[in-house]
Amino acid sequence: MLRFVLRRLALTVPVLLGLSILLFLWLRALPGDPARALLGQRATPESIANVTRLYGFDEPLYEQYFSYIGALLQGNFGSSTQTGEPVTAMFRQGFPATFELAVCALLFAVLLGIPLGYYAARRHGTPLDSLTVGASLLGVVIPVFFLAYLLKLVFAIGIEPLDGLGVFPTAGRQNPRIGATHPTGFYILDGLLTREWDAAWDAFLHLVLPAVALGTIPLAIIVRITRAAVLDVTGEDFVRTAEAKGLTSSTISRRHVLRNALLPVVTTVGLQAGLLLSGAVLTETVFAINGLGSKLFSAITLLDYPVLQGFILAIALMYALINLTVDVLYGVIDPRVRVS
Amino acid sequence: MTIVAPGSGSPVGDPFEGPTASQDDRGTSLWRGAWQRLRRDPFAILGALIVLAFVVVAVAAPLIAPYEPGGAQWGSQVTPSSVPGPSEDHLLGLDAFGSDLFTQLVHGARQSLVIGVVSTVIGLAVGSSIGLLAGGIGGKVDVALMRLVDVLLSIPSLLLAVSVAAALGRTSTSVMIAIGAAQVPIFARLLRGSLLAQRNADYVLAASSLGLRRRRVVMNHMLPNSLGPVIVQATLVLATAIIEVAALSFLGLGEPNPTVAEWGRMLVKSQDRLETSPQLALLPGMLIAVTALGFTLVGEALREALDPKFRR
Amino acid sequence: MHRSRSIRAAALLGAAALALAGCADSDREDASGGGTEGEGSSGAEGGTFVFAASADPVSLDPAFASDGETFRVARQMFEGLVGTEPGTADPAPLLATEWEGSDDGLSYTFTLRDDVTFHDGEPFNAEAVCANFDRWYNWTGLLQSENISYYYNSLFRGFADTDPQGIYESCTADEETSATITLTQPFAGFVQAMSLPAFSMQSPAAMEQYDADNVSGTEDDVRFSEYATAHPTGTGPFQFESWERGQQVTLVPYEEYWGDQAKVDEVVVRTISDGNARRQALQNGEIDGYDLVAPGDISSLEDAGFQIENRPPFNILYLGMNQAVPELKDIRVRQAIAHAIDKDAVISQSLPEGSEVATQFIPETVSGYADDVTTYDYDPERAKSLLAEAGASDLTLQFNYPTGVSRPYMPTPEETFVAIRSQLEAVGITVTPVADQWNPNYLDKIQGTPDHGLHLLGWTGDYNDTDNFLGVFFGKASPEWGFDNAELFGALTEARGLPTRDEQTPAYEDINREVMDFLPGVPIAHPVPSLAFAPEVEGFQTSPVQDEVWNAVTVSE
Repeated sequence: MLRFVLRRLALTVPVLLGLSILLFLWLRALPGDPARALLGQRATPESIANVTRLYGFDEPLYEQYFSYIGALLQGNFGSSTQTGEPVTAMFRQGFPATFELAVCALLFAVLLGIPLGYYAARRHGTPLDSLTVGASLLGVVIPVFFLAYLLKLVFAIGIEPLDGLGVFPTAGRQNPRIGATHPTGFYILDGLLTREWDAAWDAFLHLVLPAVALGTIPLAIIVRITRAAVLDVTGEDFVRTAEAKGLTSSTISRRHVLRNALLPVVTTVGLQAGLLLSGAVLTETVFAINGLGSKLFSAITLLDYPVLQGFILAIALMYALINLTVDVLYGVIDPRVRVS
Repeated sequence: MTIVAPGSGSPVGDPFEGPTASQDDRGTSLWRGAWQRLRRDPFAILGALIVLAFVVVAVAAPLIAPYEPGGAQWGSQVTPSSVPGPSEDHLLGLDAFGSDLFTQLVHGARQSLVIGVVSTVIGLAVGSSIGLLAGGIGGKVDVALMRLVDVLLSIPSLLLAVSVAAALGRTSTSVMIAIGAAQVPIFARLLRGSLLAQRNADYVLAASSLGLRRRRVVMNHMLPNSLGPVIVQATLVLATAIIEVAALSFLGLGEPNPTVAEWGRMLVKSQDRLETSPQLALLPGMLIAVTALGFTLVGEALREALDPKFRR
Repeated sequence: MHRSRSIRAAALLGAAALALAGCADSDREDASGGGTEGEGSSGAEGGTFVFAASADPVSLDPAFASDGETFRVARQMFEGLVGTEPGTADPAPLLATEWEGSDDGLSYTFTLRDDVTFHDGEPFNAEAVCANFDRWYNWTGLLQSENISYYYNSLFRGFADTDPQGIYESCTADEETSATITLTQPFAGFVQAMSLPAFSMQSPAAMEQYDADNVSGTEDDVRFSEYATAHPTGTGPFQFESWERGQQVTLVPYEEYWGDQAKVDEVVVRTISDGNARRQALQNGEIDGYDLVAPGDISSLEDAGFQIENRPPFNILYLGMNQAVPELKDIRVRQAIAHAIDKDAVISQSLPEGSEVATQFIPETVSGYADDVTTYDYDPERAKSLLAEAGASDLTLQFNYPTGVSRPYMPTPEETFVAIRSQLEAVGITVTPVADQWNPNYLDKIQGTPDHGLHLLGWTGDYNDTDNFLGVFFGKASPEWGFDNAELFGALTEARGLPTRDEQTPAYEDINREVMDFLPGVPIAHPVPSLAFAPEVEGFQTSPVQDEVWNAVTVSE
């Protein structure tokens, strides 16, 4: 098992290395002076000279790369050109909000998606099945930010004549008037830890619409994959054997079908992490949640290169870790994979 | 003359080759069989209708639209807090800058089609070449190229597109290249996988033992056998391209002309007026979703139709 | 088997949740501090005032700041020698009750209040005043860079160990309540400049204790001192309580304040960077007010019962015409463009209602405003004939505008751009749009390179000094305007050096007339910046230079 994990880890390192090279080259491929790009508005002839010396922009390329990697390994990802704040600090600041949102979105997608896909497959050929397939197709193609707008419009702002549906908060993570205490930065958890139940509930309400918006695409995909996997498995021999043995339909479904269908679902859930991260950029902006996504959004619109570089690397790392976890889970569920 | 690979879902076999596993007893080819299935699939028909409507509107835009796009000709009727609604002169009213909304939507289809098609072609061409080289040549080239593809896949495709667009500057061309770049890994993997799957097939061994050069085998035989999956993937990728264009506009990367008729652009601008004029957001947003849906339906239906498993 | 396993898992999770609950302490006081809904406060006193800012302050030491959000917070905690008359940019007594300048303009004597203490209990006196001035003058190294001490640099132009040493010479504490500042050159705007928050009086004891000048790192990665992040100590009506980075700054009233005691129990300045989100937070009741209201939201907010407060405009929005572009060197082309623009239409399409048309590059309240400058009325026919005269009937021009930004003088750049473009095209000028992200690309391109044509830009005045407008724009040759007019530069330098206001005013009036004849750009409007408040808020006094202190604010239930 350990060897399996180590082998997968070993594959990740060259990929991340390659990405760092690409990002390194990217900054220098941009039009204009990289020192200016890093300093932004605060560029003066002295500061440009300073930064050029600091980052070694006038040194040969490979030397620059090594100092760049060296800085990264020391945890120095540079600072924002807008606020001068270190990228690592910004990341730590934004992480709890995005993590909370992503977890809620994923829970929404999984808890709703797997049962839906399962029941659609069991009722294959009925109108319910067709409806589910159609809805899930629609769910995949709706642009995340459009969905976010729609949800906001209907369920938060309220649109005539359905005014009454506008019950959810429109933006932010929490009502500042509640004056909640935040020991960890994960607002729902904070509310539970400090017994401020109204704060926890308020934080939860603020997350509902964003989580639904963010989780809809993963939901749609999970529904489809689950349905397809269950359909596949239901046709397999071992199910027919179980039926022949006289096991009841429900036992078959739970014990055999679901467990075997779980495999592709697990992989898919892992792959959704990537979608969640890019979707978070758009969702957090529409709902004004101050997490990694909206920081990344600002960095993109303002072309804040140190933040972009640092965040992209961090995202790639998270992505790789998630994929690794998924592969390990896969190995746990299906012994065949481990051995190969 | 194309050698047919058994069981891989391939084009029409050469009649002189004799019956193969891809032709069932009734002598219907794979493609014809697929067509028959598609014709009966309601989702496929719906998708095809949407795609057809989209393409027609996009191509005939100058004829359908009553006015010139992006002119802001009626800017004087617009204030920061109000936008005129439907009227005699304007079927759907005006947009935030004072152009005719209907004209903007129609020409927006055109923009989406152009950007979608071009970026998909870029992704397909570059990605397939990479996959072809990797799968065809194999060995060290394969490893190197696939490492590159892995790196490209290590970040979400939207961020990849964003990075490329940021580097290339604010033009429509850079948007097309950026989206195309994000699609390269998909096609690369697809082609390579398809080639690898066929490599050990009997017919390939037979062909090389006949003395056919490697390159000839790949180009003339293996490549056409991959056509099906590539077409399916291209359709699906086109759907995502249309959405990604909108996302890139949302992030501020795109043409510098604010009145350009592009759905994503219009969607972004509408956020300021979400409460006063929601139609400015709802219309382009729905069009993006429906068009992408159409392409997805067609792509999915094609995939199911071409999949040999379903031909039991 | 399955069922029992899942039940066991659920039970474990539930137990874990219960165990965790109550693990951490709640900082919240249930008594009055929170001001939660349902708990009515008694009458107009007490409660929390929640204001939404568009960005986090960079630090809490205003001496090192140049961003409006830092100043907004700093103004509640710090005061300078001089303040402003409410609602205007005119100087008024604050920590100094009166002042007198010498005839040669080289020294100013300030008589100080005798009942003021800093938040740490230390007395405010002449010694403290000189400690502050000397602190600024003696900054070295990193602290001298423009990015860090922007205002000191631009107004005093030098430090103890630089060459030149700038215009500050010395500060003497004549008595406990009288301090004299001596300058090396006259600076007629000195008194007005002392109203800037960057020149607030800070507690010398606290600055020493918490090492206020310990700013480390590099220019692009500044680490501020403990003083600036956790112990800012001034004389203002509010004192610092806490700062949750990226979220909010909390202030509480200073009980020993010399002036009008703050009426609320707590002030929270919350960071909400998206303009739409700020508006929605107000509509939800989550905040009590915010700044930079989008022009399109004003009427809908008013209809819904919210209060809109306008700041008297102290800004200018203009269309720059870069004379590095050969066609724009011709005065007739520039005049044609001026005649082609319908300023009222630009205002109605893209600026808040009530914004004033601009005839020159300074607002009316700034000294040197001339009523008789040359004006260029909206006259497309005249524009066309001027263009024909200049042989430029088929003109194509680059037009730069910024994206990703909303400033008080330019709330919706895209709409403004489209409005002007239509007007230019109506007289036969073809426009090539060039858009750039505000920061750094647009600013860099416009102010640092000659690669631009027509461009939109503007300025909000910091204090009431004409040099703060005209000097900034036309004081010396700059890539933004692309011209070299030695006469104009000389006139501005001379005017800046005149020792008193009375001498400066006619000089600046002449300069304004000259500028409007030379026409380097077209002044378009003075947009009205607005704030929005919940109906329960009262006592907010707006100021054109954002000298807004909130001790009179009440939030009734």
